Amino acid sequence: MAMNYNAKEEADGHPGGVGAVAGGSGVAPGGVGAGKSRKPDNTAFKQQRLPAWQPILTAGTVLPAFFIIGLIFIPIGIGIFVTSNNIREYEIDYTGTDSASPCNKCLNVSWNSTPPCTCTINFTLDHPFESNVFMYYGLSNFYQNHRRYVKSRDDSQLNGDNSSLHYPSKECEPYRTSEDKPIAPCGAIANSMFNDTLELYRIDGEETRTPIHLNKKGIAWWTDKNVKFRNPTGDTNNLTALFHGTTKPINWPKPVYMLDSEPDNNGFINEDFIVWMRTAALPTFRKLYRLIEKKDNLQPALAAGNYSLEIAYNYPVHSFDGRKRMILSTISWMGGKNPFLGIAYITVGSICFFLGVVLLIIHHKY
Amino acid sequence: MFKTGKRKFFSTQDFLAACFCVAYLSLFSFLPQYTVWNFLPKNLFEQFRRIANFYFLIIFLVQVIVDTPTSPVTSGLPLFFVITVTAIKQGYEDWLRHRADKEVNKSAVFVVENAKHVKKESEKIKVGDIIEVATDETFPCDLIFLSSSSDDGTCYVTTASLDGESNFKTHYAVRDTTVLCTSEAIDSLSATIECEQPQPDLYKSLGPENLLLKGAALKNTKKIYGVAVYTGMETKMALNYQGKSQKRSVVEKSINAFLIVYLCILLSKATVCTTMKYIWQSHSFNDEPWYNQKTKREKESFKVLRIFTDFLSFMVLFNFIIPVSMYVTVEMQKFLGSFFITWDKEMYDEDIKEGALVNTSDLNEELGQIEYVFTDKTGTLTENTMEFIECCVDGHKYKDSISEVDGFSCTDGPLKYEKAEKCREELFLRALCLCHTVQIKEEDTVDGLTMPLEGRSTYISSSPDEIALVKGAKKYGFTFLGHENDYLKIQNQKNETEMYQLLHVLNFDPVRRRMSVIVRTSTGKLLLFCKGADSSVFPRVQQDEIQQTKVHVERNALDGYRTLCVAFKELTQEEYDQIDRQLCEAKMALQDREERMAKVFDDTEDDMHLIGATAVEDRLQEHAAETIEALHAAGMKVWVLTGDKMETAKSTCYACRLFQTNTELLELTMKTVGEGERKEDRLHELLLEYHKKLMHEIPKSRGGMKRSWTIGQEYGLIIDGSTLSLILNPSQDSGSSNYKSIFLQVCLKCTAVLCCRMAPLQKAQIVRMVKSTKGSPITLSIGDGANDVSMILEAHVGIGKEGRQAARNSDYAVPKFKHLKKLLLAHGHLYYVRIAHLVQYFFYKNLCFILPQFLYQFFCGFSQQPLYDAAYLTMYNICFTSLPILAYSLLEQHIHIEALASDPKLYMRISDNAMLQWKPFLYWTFLGTFEGLVFFFGVYFLFQNSSLEDNGKVFGNWTFGTMIFTILVFTVTLKLALDTRFWTWMNHFVIWGSLAFYVFFSFFWGGIIWPFLKQQRMYFIFAHMLTSVSTWLAIILLIVISLFPEILLIVFKNVKRASHQVRDELLGRMVFFFNYKLLMSF
Repeated sequence: MAMNYNAKEEADGHPGGVGAVAGGSGVAPGGVGAGKSRKPDNTAFKQQRLPAWQPILTAGTVLPAFFIIGLIFIPIGIGIFVTSNNIREYEIDYTGTDSASPCNKCLNVSWNSTPPCTCTINFTLDHPFESNVFMYYGLSNFYQNHRRYVKSRDDSQLNGDNSSLHYPSKECEPYRTSEDKPIAPCGAIANSMFNDTLELYRIDGEETRTPIHLNKKGIAWWTDKNVKFRNPTGDTNNLTALFHGTTKPINWPKPVYMLDSEPDNNGFINEDFIVWMRTAALPTFRKLYRLIEKKDNLQPALAAGNYSLEIAYNYPVHSFDGRKRMILSTISWMGGKNPFLGIAYITVGSICFFLGVVLLIIHHKY
Repeated sequence: MFKTGKRKFFSTQDFLAACFCVAYLSLFSFLPQYTVWNFLPKNLFEQFRRIANFYFLIIFLVQVIVDTPTSPVTSGLPLFFVITVTAIKQGYEDWLRHRADKEVNKSAVFVVENAKHVKKESEKIKVGDIIEVATDETFPCDLIFLSSSSDDGTCYVTTASLDGESNFKTHYAVRDTTVLCTSEAIDSLSATIECEQPQPDLYKSLGPENLLLKGAALKNTKKIYGVAVYTGMETKMALNYQGKSQKRSVVEKSINAFLIVYLCILLSKATVCTTMKYIWQSHSFNDEPWYNQKTKREKESFKVLRIFTDFLSFMVLFNFIIPVSMYVTVEMQKFLGSFFITWDKEMYDEDIKEGALVNTSDLNEELGQIEYVFTDKTGTLTENTMEFIECCVDGHKYKDSISEVDGFSCTDGPLKYEKAEKCREELFLRALCLCHTVQIKEEDTVDGLTMPLEGRSTYISSSPDEIALVKGAKKYGFTFLGHENDYLKIQNQKNETEMYQLLHVLNFDPVRRRMSVIVRTSTGKLLLFCKGADSSVFPRVQQDEIQQTKVHVERNALDGYRTLCVAFKELTQEEYDQIDRQLCEAKMALQDREERMAKVFDDTEDDMHLIGATAVEDRLQEHAAETIEALHAAGMKVWVLTGDKMETAKSTCYACRLFQTNTELLELTMKTVGEGERKEDRLHELLLEYHKKLMHEIPKSRGGMKRSWTIGQEYGLIIDGSTLSLILNPSQDSGSSNYKSIFLQVCLKCTAVLCCRMAPLQKAQIVRMVKSTKGSPITLSIGDGANDVSMILEAHVGIGKEGRQAARNSDYAVPKFKHLKKLLLAHGHLYYVRIAHLVQYFFYKNLCFILPQFLYQFFCGFSQQPLYDAAYLTMYNICFTSLPILAYSLLEQHIHIEALASDPKLYMRISDNAMLQWKPFLYWTFLGTFEGLVFFFGVYFLFQNSSLEDNGKVFGNWTFGTMIFTILVFTVTLKLALDTRFWTWMNHFVIWGSLAFYVFFSFFWGGIIWPFLKQQRMYFIFAHMLTSVSTWLAIILLIVISLFPEILLIVFKNVKRASHQVRDELLGRMVFFFNYKLLMSF
């Protein structure tokens, strides 16, 4: 970019405009009729002669910029693209709409069916998942971003505020009270929490099914887990007592203080709950479910081979034409698999480069 | 402050004397006036009367009442901000006005009560109070003149601040009360006055000789008594007040047009969304899935009502597309920007110690759009400081030997520099010394024109010509020493003092175009001296004397001098007695006084002897010619409208290069049209002839580029007042309108038009005529005198000369004509570019702000879910993107201010409202749409896999919105940075500062659990977003993509310009070659 620095010095000893502005930038004197007979100050600001940088974009200066953008963007794009392609991702749709699917029997499951409908899906991984594997569940056509849904929560209740615990916000309607008791956690989001249980087994040889350890901690944002979501406080550490006087969300089988056996993952600070409470941006979304950590450096987190996914199918999606997926994915520095960014970078870089060449030709020809 | 809002008086600064054009007198259009108590309610009422503010108020109320997606704060806060800023601005302006009023309202007046003088504040005068006014004081209200300190019950009044006539007018006391000239006597008066309801007309009603108007000043009379008849609002001055805010600029019209487009977009968006919502909801699983049940209230409400509420909700959600803050930013820009005009030291004049003055800041950008400039001649193009050049006595020319001898003088023949007879010469000089209304003032007076005499005394007169003549006489040895009682003192060539008794002054009036005095010499001879325009003097003198003087007069007129002829006549005592009696009768007449006086004057000034003629030069103002050339080059058409006579005006026009030597002149004057019955037919013939000529000469294809710089034959038109009135008000109405339009076409085809012998009202007529032609060109009137006020008020932009009458009624005032060049070419251009860019940018930035929100509706089930957090919605226009554009709109110089002033052709680039046409508007709209699409879909595709962090955790909808918003704020600000061609430290500060503030605010806003918020949706969203590398990469990528079209456009423009330059160079060379060949062929 050509820069032409134009600093006009004042002829009679008023260099620069800093001092002038201090006096003149407010409601300046000499306005609608006051002091009009005074001679105007000869300051750079008032005479509109502040030193100024006047950039001139010429073909000669923009051309290199195009080349530079091209030369930077294309490698970045290639880097992202390669990284994204190296990410292993395996996805299983277990909705069971297909009659051949093992989960087909569970398709019309309802919330409170006991015992839960279970189904098992076997699958084969052709390639090993070398690094840590992240297990997601994905939902489609599920409008977590619907306005009625998004606002149907009480953040101060979730933050451990005792008064909100017993008197939830009106926003939670119609999931505010049940049987004249306040619902904790109230609102549509909490009420519809995803409650399928997914378990993963490795099938070695004939019949040996070794369960794979799924870590359920470390899936929520640290700030959510430690600041935004707090259990109510009181004299005891007993959550049951602290939640006394409230009732469970209508669709939940168990109250909130029985979500997990571990006390630091129970109540409002249950990580599955926290993850669910972060409403997704789009109607098709995935949420982090479990972590499969690498045991040691020698073995991949998931070796190639046969696996089976055991599902406790509780969550009905068929009624609104939704889909459910289980996703296994490794993660790179740029997150999960996403070809868009790499392709976009390469495209923009190429266009820039191409235009640079075209302009260069035009520039030289004329 | 005033009592309960009732306004009593207006300061002189406030009021507008629209004295010539009664048509303009629209009543009671006062600006809202406030007191401390009613300021808030009244100001709010005034503000919400503005359609835009009202609209936003409605939106706000909808948000309060209906369950809407965004909280009322999001639109309430910007509205509050806008209202507050406007209220502060108006409050400040009103305070200034109050301060000025106070000076007037609190000024002391003396009221006669119980035979004593009581000092009162002028606002406390009641109707019926008897008021004493001393000399040089202004009348505090409209008074009936009861008696004066002079025995004959007359007083002299100047109405300079009312109608601009600075000469002294004689008023007569009510005859019955003339004797009551002490306060005791006047107190005994008991009378009833019947007067009509207050009327704005300055000249009718009550007989102006008895009525002293508020605002006029008492002169040359020690004191007078009068009874107050109209006070406060009812005075003629207040009734003549005309609101200045009537003028609307083209930019404002464009804004309104764009607003309608955006309103349509808004409505269609809301309609589309509402329709789509109900289509989408027709599947019950979409309408109410098990996980998202409706509340009881929602279920129970009527469907029609629900649809309506939904529509309103969408309106509220998208209402940001109509920028609330644009109005306040535009107003701030205009208000602050106008300071640069007053601050410009190049427009400061050392002589009168005044700079430019901005009376209204609403029209700043209009200065960049001027197509027609109407200028006065005397005092505007010329200095109006007359200089005595030469005189002739009986055909003998007297001229300073110092001044150069021009070639013309040879034609004078053998008489050159030959002296006339001594006695004739002395008579002539005495006439010059006696026949005038010049007075000698010891101290420096502000009113009127002053000319320093030796020592501290000065000649003052309402007419600069008279001063020039008196000074001219002094050069030849006759010095006017002043009045002493009724005597005029003259020092003659032999240093003797001569005394003349002044018997009568037959005042100058524009109909007679001459004035006379009757004096008695010390020897008892009675003499009448008369001076006046040649046309009015020649018919009244002995015909055989005319010829030799006429030669001189005509030649002087050709040289551009103002000529006056001097004549005299000796009266016998009988004659004088008769005249005296007639004059007294006429003066005392109750009816038709003016007519009767005129008749006596007419009879008296007859059968005189011509002595000689004078020539006075009205010098051109410095750089007047350059300025006119620059205005021409800038594509403006300059029309000179003057009351002066044709020859003088024509030569001035040549001198200031309005007419070039190769300009072909088309004349429509009394000379070409002739007198008598057939003049109208002849006029029509001429018109048709000219029309044909012009149409033939100038091909029709030029219509498209009407302001292009023509190389072909230029035409100039000269028309005089009487011919104009023939065209505009024809005697028989057969086909008159047709000729009017032909005349208009002829006028518009000419590059320069000179209208001479114009009455003030005709000046306004011409301006109105041009203003209302096709395409409604923007007009500018500049003038200095009271006779220009009407055209100044009529034009889109009125410019007065600083320190003069016209300045008060104008929109801008400049000290000199030459300052027009910088005002228009530099300031006007810059203001236009700035405000046009400001307007376009505002629409653009709000379009790409709200488009993603609209698109998001398609992905959230048309549920009115806002994409951005409420804080962002609120702050976007107030904090994040407001200051950079304001700084830009105040400081930008896309072309350096000096380059603008020196290259007039640049002005044409922005002609015809170029930057606010539909094409640039569409470009900006396209840009906004494109960017909105890029923001939304870029992030949408990125969020196909919402786990963007290296720990696999996922982002939610608020991160989605915040990311779009971040890209938006950066893109919009960087777009402005790309447009900025003039980076002062302030631009750097606000642009980078705004971005930094956005980042800082986002961290801060997300960093705390806010106790007053119902939902902590933004908690750590921003910080989390920035921990992801992908987001960074995506943000950078999307900003680059968004700005790409803009950069591309700049590059292509540059390439185009470069190739243009090459072509221009080529063309230049060809033209040179051609000229060269042409030259060789001769």
